[in-house]
Amino acid sequence: MSLAGFFQHLVNALSLGGIYALIAIGYTMVYGILRLINFAHGDVFTYGIYFAFYAVVLFLMPWWVAFVFSIFATAFLGAFIERIAYRPLRNAPRISALITAIGVSFFLENFAIVAFGGRAKSFNPQTGIYPTSFLNMINIGGVRIPVLTFITIGIVIAALVLLIWIVYRTKIGMAMRAISKDIPTTKLMGVNADRVVSFTFMLGSGLAAIGGILWAMKYPQVYPYTGMIPGLKAFIAAVVGGIGSIQGAMVGGFILGISEIMIVAFVPSLAGYRDAFAYAILLFVLLVKPTGILGVEVSEKV
Amino acid sequence: MRKFYVFLTLVLAFVVVSASEITEVKIGAGWEMTGPIAGFGQMSWDGVKLAMKLRPTVRIGGKDVPVKVVLLDNKGDKAEAANVVKRLIDVEKVVAILGPCTSSCALAAGAIAEQKQVAMVTNTATNPLVTQNRRFIFRACFIDPMQGELLAKFAWEQLKSKNVAIMVDVAQDYVVGLANYFKRKFAQFGGKFFEEYYNTGDQDFTAQLTDALSRNPDTIFLPGYYSEIALICKQARELGFKGNFLAGDGADAPELIQIGGKFVEGLYYTTYFHQDADLSPATKPFVEAYVKEYNRRPDAFGALAFDAYNLVLDAIERTQSLDPIAIRDAIAATKDFQGVGGSITYPEGSGDPVKPAVINTVKDGQFRLMTVVRP
Repeated sequence: MSLAGFFQHLVNALSLGGIYALIAIGYTMVYGILRLINFAHGDVFTYGIYFAFYAVVLFLMPWWVAFVFSIFATAFLGAFIERIAYRPLRNAPRISALITAIGVSFFLENFAIVAFGGRAKSFNPQTGIYPTSFLNMINIGGVRIPVLTFITIGIVIAALVLLIWIVYRTKIGMAMRAISKDIPTTKLMGVNADRVVSFTFMLGSGLAAIGGILWAMKYPQVYPYTGMIPGLKAFIAAVVGGIGSIQGAMVGGFILGISEIMIVAFVPSLAGYRDAFAYAILLFVLLVKPTGILGVEVSEKV
Repeated sequence: MRKFYVFLTLVLAFVVVSASEITEVKIGAGWEMTGPIAGFGQMSWDGVKLAMKLRPTVRIGGKDVPVKVVLLDNKGDKAEAANVVKRLIDVEKVVAILGPCTSSCALAAGAIAEQKQVAMVTNTATNPLVTQNRRFIFRACFIDPMQGELLAKFAWEQLKSKNVAIMVDVAQDYVVGLANYFKRKFAQFGGKFFEEYYNTGDQDFTAQLTDALSRNPDTIFLPGYYSEIALICKQARELGFKGNFLAGDGADAPELIQIGGKFVEGLYYTTYFHQDADLSPATKPFVEAYVKEYNRRPDAFGALAFDAYNLVLDAIERTQSLDPIAIRDAIAATKDFQGVGGSITYPEGSGDPVKPAVINTVKDGQFRLMTVVRP
């Protein structure tokens, strides 16, 4: 493999990993405070794409308004799901909440089929959804880098900085950290736990919408199951990085993106099985270091 | 008490009489209505809906009996496709089945139809294995050995390709089969080729393409389905590929152009139908009816589903019975059926008609007819 070829693969991997990282953050934050794996997160991601698509196509918004609208609409969708599906089960066994999450996921997928139709919609700049300049290519020494890759990585880093600031430097962040330790005690301290949980879902879902829009620009189509595989991959990324840790989700996302691309690059005959490879990484991490790369050992409370 | 017996007898007599009367012909349809290749199923179903509108009844015993088509969604999933056929036969009691579109689904669905002895006519499953050693499975399309050879010939003679990259979806029987038939013929010409692999539903092909482009192919052959083809074309052009794209009938959906946009311009593909191709006397009236109904150009999947519906109805009229085995025999005896995608005759003991193919290209955001290849 030539050097340019290697760097081309690396660029491809970073732009894929960046999107995994954005989705993984949503999983990890929800898990961090509620110990709930929100399996509907991949479908929230799909809805983010649909919201942006319809905002432009149906409501004729300019693309940047549509994208901001989609982020907020998806954030509220996330909070709404939490309100009607997860909050009533807050004190139920964890397995009930997990199964509810799977149910919500199926519901969202099938609702999308009814509401938006089963056929793929085109998320193509020719339909005016976003400027074609996003798809321009920059050629650096034989390595072709899409402008979108710079945007993706920029957004991922900005999101990380913003989130860490929120979690460690603001009042609501302190409340989030407190809730992740012990909900009843936090409530006794006068914190409105439900509001903090809603806020967390909004943050995670908003990031999923950003990830969704970036994903749809890269792979310009959206259909009701778009988010299924990216959602699962991001879940793997969250576990690999250490579920519950924001920095871990980021690291996990990039590790997954890089390893997925590199397995195809170095062993092309295995390319048809790259999904299986992602699950193999999951198994390996669970067997060797179940808490993930940046996860911390949590001792059970007595 | 005697009154009661008279009443009971009358009721029984009525039940017996109405049971022997045929009030409805139930045909099943199992297509890919949702999932990554939903376009195929939706197009097929539009074709059947038009056919039902033009021919809502079938003539049995001197009476026009209404036809009902029960549609179930197989989600483009092999296991679902088998379940759908099971349900159509066991629960809905259909006398014949239309669909599915893709070879993998048709293979799974066909196994059940064969076992339960109900005829199944797929509109567009082209892999030879779909009908092989099966008495109850038929198709309305050509088969892949012919399509693969045609594509290899086109690549060698028209595109002057010497080095072809083939993108193979390892999860689809159709794709693996078509790639093999292409390779066999292309090797005979003396062409060089190599393969890259992916899996249905993959969206990122940059790794495979980066590897492929380092070997300087002049043509990328895409024997897969439209959603992946559109993404591969986009990513290949973005990575700097300047050569030709070539595909099979799996490319034939409007989504190819909607999703692929300018990146699929100049793609060549083989398929069954184009509205400008004069395939049979039935083609023109169909195109007019279709445009009037849907206000858009007809597509190959709808055209062949339209044919499959009429083929089954013709068979029912010939046999004058709703016995699935009698219907199967009548379908097998089909001779010179004038379908909108060319005439269909089933050779002795085979469910594979010999049919013409068309070669299309994408130009200015439209599917354009290049040539019709007759067998």
